[in-house]
Amino acid sequence: MLLIHCPYCEEERPEPEFRHAGEAHIARAENITELSDEEFERHFFIRSNPKGIAFERWRHMHGCARFFNAARDTLSDKFLVTYKIGTPKPDLSGEIRRK
Amino acid sequence: MVEIAHRTSPLEGRGFEGDGISLSVAKPASRLSLRAPEGSLPALSEALGLELPQRPKSTSTKGNRAALWLGPDEWLVIDEDGADLMAICGKIPDLHSAVDTSHRNVAIEVSGARSADVLSAGCPQDLSLARFPVGASSRTVFGKVEIILWRRDEQTFHVECWRSFSAYGFDLLEAAAREAE
Ligand SMILES: [Zn+2]
Repeated sequence: MLLIHCPYCEEERPEPEFRHAGEAHIARAENITELSDEEFERHFFIRSNPKGIAFERWRHMHGCARFFNAARDTLSDKFLVTYKIGTPKPDLSGEIRRK
Repeated sequence: MVEIAHRTSPLEGRGFEGDGISLSVAKPASRLSLRAPEGSLPALSEALGLELPQRPKSTSTKGNRAALWLGPDEWLVIDEDGADLMAICGKIPDLHSAVDTSHRNVAIEVSGARSADVLSAGCPQDLSLARFPVGASSRTVFGKVEIILWRRDEQTFHVECWRSFSAYGFDLLEAAAREAE
């Protein structure tokens, strides 16, 4: 079982308490009514789905119930870091992708 | 004609005694789901007569009343004397949300030397005293249902769950208690 660090509970908690909640750092356009259908499609449906480090929203559903962000390696399933909503995307350029 | 609604517990008559483990249904209590920003906490704490805890997994108690930290702005308040918690919070003008959940939840007391082992049959958290000390509480899962777990002393846990989930919860606890014998 994976242990995931919740930045609000400030400790590692078991995976069944958590839910995945999609890609993180997707900003809703300020002028959303002016977007073309193609632009809206990109905003609403198109996700990066990387092989390697992915930035994701997670929710500590059966714990503190808070949403938070996480950087997870989609190859190894390892969580590199978790951080509170509203804090900037961490710089992980130094992380080497594990094979 | 006056009709009186009788309250029946979904766990009416349930109980289990085994070697080092006892399961019993807690008495009805009043309960509040309380949400509030930090600025409202002094007034709410004063009205409730206990300090609303602000550290993760912590509780505070005063007599038969307890406040369990559930999230950064969320608490479960339990009063085992059945006090009118809504009336108490209703007098506070500071921003907050209080919802009476007295009849939504039922509680099961799990006690005995094997209480942590029995709970570990369905709860994935580390229930050792080092990680889940006396007074700790947390929302978590037990098997397929969400519960709120509160360690009242070394060998006694208070398990809150939704009324409609309680039969499942009790069945699983009892199965674990029998299996571990
Ligand atoms: Zn949490």
